[in-house]
Amino acid sequence: MNPVNYLYLAALLFTIGATGVLIRRNAIVVFMCVELMLNACNLAFVTFSRLHGNLDGQVIAFFTMVVAAAEVVVGLAIIVSLFRTRHSASVDDASLMKL
Amino acid sequence: MEKLIALLIAAPLLGAVVLLVGGRRLDRVGHWVGTLLSTASFVVGVFLFADLLGRNAEHRTLIQHLWTWIPVEGFQADVTFRLDQLSMTFVLLITGVGSLIHLYSVGYMEHDERRRRFFGYLNLFLAAMLLLVLADNYLLLYVGWEGVGLASYLLIGFWQHKPSAATAAKKAFLVNRVGDMGLSIAIMLMFTTFGSFAFGPVFGHVDGATEGKLTAIGLLLLLAACGKSAQVPLQSWLGDAMEGPTPVSALIHAATMVTAGVYLIVRSAAVFNAAPDAQLVVTVVGTVTLLFGAIVGCAKDDIKKALAGSTMSQIGYMVLAAGLGPIGYVFAIMHLVTHGFFKAGLFLGAGSVMHGMNDEVDMRKFGGLRKYMPVTFITFGLGYLAIIGFPGLSGFFSKDKIIEAAFAKGGTEGWILGGAALVGAAITAFYMTRVMLMTFFGEKRWQPDENGAEPHPHESPKVMTIPMIVLAVGSVFGGAFFSIGDRFLKWLEPVTGHSEGHSPVSAGEITIATMACLVIGVGIAWAQYGRRPVPAVAPRGSLLTRAARRDLLQDDFNHVVLVRGGEHLTRSLVYVDHTLVDGVVNGTAAGFGGLSGRLRRLQNGFARSYAVSMFGGAALLVAATLLMRAV
Amino acid sequence: MSAQLAAYTTSTGEAFQFWVLGTVAVIGALCTVFMRKAVHSALSLAGTMIVLAVFYLANGAYFLGVVQIVVYTGAIMMLFLFVVMLVGVTAADSLKETIRGQRLLALLCGVGFGVLLLAGIANASLKDFAGTGQANANGNVEGLAALIFTKYVFAFEITGALLITAAVGAMVLTHRERTERARTQRELAEQRVREGKHVPPLPAPGVYARHNAVDIAGLLPDGTPSELTVSRTLRERGQIRDVSTQAINDLRALEQRSEDRLERTPIEPETFKRPEEASK
Repeated sequence: MNPVNYLYLAALLFTIGATGVLIRRNAIVVFMCVELMLNACNLAFVTFSRLHGNLDGQVIAFFTMVVAAAEVVVGLAIIVSLFRTRHSASVDDASLMKL
Repeated sequence: MEKLIALLIAAPLLGAVVLLVGGRRLDRVGHWVGTLLSTASFVVGVFLFADLLGRNAEHRTLIQHLWTWIPVEGFQADVTFRLDQLSMTFVLLITGVGSLIHLYSVGYMEHDERRRRFFGYLNLFLAAMLLLVLADNYLLLYVGWEGVGLASYLLIGFWQHKPSAATAAKKAFLVNRVGDMGLSIAIMLMFTTFGSFAFGPVFGHVDGATEGKLTAIGLLLLLAACGKSAQVPLQSWLGDAMEGPTPVSALIHAATMVTAGVYLIVRSAAVFNAAPDAQLVVTVVGTVTLLFGAIVGCAKDDIKKALAGSTMSQIGYMVLAAGLGPIGYVFAIMHLVTHGFFKAGLFLGAGSVMHGMNDEVDMRKFGGLRKYMPVTFITFGLGYLAIIGFPGLSGFFSKDKIIEAAFAKGGTEGWILGGAALVGAAITAFYMTRVMLMTFFGEKRWQPDENGAEPHPHESPKVMTIPMIVLAVGSVFGGAFFSIGDRFLKWLEPVTGHSEGHSPVSAGEITIATMACLVIGVGIAWAQYGRRPVPAVAPRGSLLTRAARRDLLQDDFNHVVLVRGGEHLTRSLVYVDHTLVDGVVNGTAAGFGGLSGRLRRLQNGFARSYAVSMFGGAALLVAATLLMRAV
Repeated sequence: MSAQLAAYTTSTGEAFQFWVLGTVAVIGALCTVFMRKAVHSALSLAGTMIVLAVFYLANGAYFLGVVQIVVYTGAIMMLFLFVVMLVGVTAADSLKETIRGQRLLALLCGVGFGVLLLAGIANASLKDFAGTGQANANGNVEGLAALIFTKYVFAFEITGALLITAAVGAMVLTHRERTERARTQRELAEQRVREGKHVPPLPAPGVYARHNAVDIAGLLPDGTPSELTVSRTLRERGQIRDVSTQAINDLRALEQRSEDRLERTPIEPETFKRPEEASK
């Protein structure tokens, strides 16, 4: 098996995640799909690391994880405060420029 | 002395302001305030007149400079008044006759609840007219000119609750606007030609201008005069203006408004003298109008409209005389003054008759009134004799002079103009006799009106009869007073200039011819209306009569040519506007509106929609990258 | 493929692992997208992430594989579940699309994007895999550390600042400042008496002698459920179970059975509804 298959898998997962972002209304699920996309990217990075035979790809994937962690913290905080004010976690409900 | 000139205008202007601003608390004294201020203006005028008489003929021009109105480099408009013999004549006529009409109105408008306002308008009328005749430049004259137009609009439409009165006022205003346009263009032309519009510089530099420009200015001034003086072709408003109260008619016809045109022509004598073509047009307009008005006057059964036709005709005489140049100017003004007396008297008499006859105006429903209102009968009769030119009365002197001057024009023109003036005199005698006979002679023909109220003809109160008596005295003796010793000629000559023409016929022959015409006119009228009873319902009449009843189809002409044409033009313009202009504009707007309506859908506020756009963009970027690498 | 195989191939064991776990990962991803309940999505995502961790390990990224399991699956996914619980664990989303054309566009973009991406990868010349053997010679963690603290030290410091900022930001976003003094129990009681409502404690949930679950509203004397008996959170999530008609339905079912037993003609089935519902 050629390790390039990992890249195909990463592309597939990324596309599924992106489509999920567009389809789902629940903010938490949308957020999970974003995480899925990030993970697909990470897989690609790790595969590229193997392709090139150095560890730079893994370092980038590591940074991606850190940034994703920070993003999750802030994003979930936003969702929680949104739910507090609107009693709903639907992204469509927040369609006006005011609460 | 000069300082008093402004007072002439200030008095009636003050009256107008006080009466119109003062409100209802002045209702009980308003009419007397108006009359008093108008009389005060007259008294000042008399005082100034006495002063002028005390001076030499060369020093009889007083100039009062008040302030500079428009102080622009190269465009100086001053508020300056010029009182010379010509203005003085008008001032006395306007304030004198005007004051008498004020006095008369006190009685005539007694039962009108808006009497105070009426007197305010009358004072405004006088003030505007005085400004017109006293102005020392054309721009200030234009202010007075427009003021007269405004005041006439307000007064003709005074009974605005009647649609006919409101329409008549609007008509008068609009027709006058045509003439006003002529005056304003003439003033602009004067400014470009002479660099000024003050009387002195303009008349002083006439020699420097080309004849073509002078003719243009003259014709434009004539257009203005036609509008105000109701000359053909702008005459149509005068008959309808009878919708106003009778004192207004008297004021418009005798002292103000219609005399403005004659004043303008005589005042601009220097321009017209240098433009013979314009003068010729003036004489033609005057002649046509004098016959036109006379014919219309013959057919009208409405006493006021018959008198209106007569006014048109008499003003035609004046314009004719003014068009004759230096041989006619003085006589134009003299006829204007005498006409002011007898026409005011006739209108006030007509008003008195209407006052006694429940405001009936149809002469076929009068008859035999001489027994019921003797004072009115006598004063009206004297005015009648004066207007037809009965020997010794004022019309005889002034009209005879005009006919003489017309013949003195010389050549074929002289014969045609003189002949027309003679025929006009005959027709004048006819229609005035008709009015007289139908109103005061014959059997009584009045019937109860629709409400069943039988009219009780009665003499009017003293406040109305006294002005009529005064005017009758003026009509009788005015002409003789002016003519004996050529008083009027000597008085006015320094301003207008005068030259004796070379008449192909002698003065005596003309007088005889005039008398013959007079007798013929009166005779025909007597045969038709004096010997036979007057039918209470107008017979169908000949084609000419029917046309004359419709003012010789002037309104029909205007309607067909101007109104229809204007409507078609407007409609086609509106069509072009709607389809072409609006089509382009609205089409563009609709296109953008539709486009934005579709683009707006993209901005629906849903984060997921925006995410789709972003994702689509990302896909396009990937595609572009691949494409670039493939290439 | 044969050229690539000639260049570099993995062991058969890794190939087997890839095809099996890859299928699991895709299924997990699809479940994440299409599960109606957020909690199921979260669990599916956790599964996918564990599979990915295995793949990291297989690709020689040992440190990342462990971090993926510990940090992602262990910490972040737990955070997700925590929020899901907060928002409402049983609330199922409607999968009906409300924005016109959104699903079609999303599918179009997704398929287009995926095809382009796959085509791009297939088009790229990825024959020579170097393998991580040499890079990991001194140990994977040491290798990474050497890179992070030398070449990437600046980025590393900045990510630290980012994390601090994110932590503070999350606190700010969710924190609510108390602007007035907390009222004592006495004051609260006085206020309740003054306003004249619920002077006694709120009624307990559940129908006595039948149910005692917290999500079942207690019945008023006339049989209508009182929402006051259920906690506010459940009320807002709309998770109240209505059992007010259950007793009558049980009774009807009993009658039906007895009629079946007695072989009577069935009475016209009468759908029983409470008057309020009928009028709605």
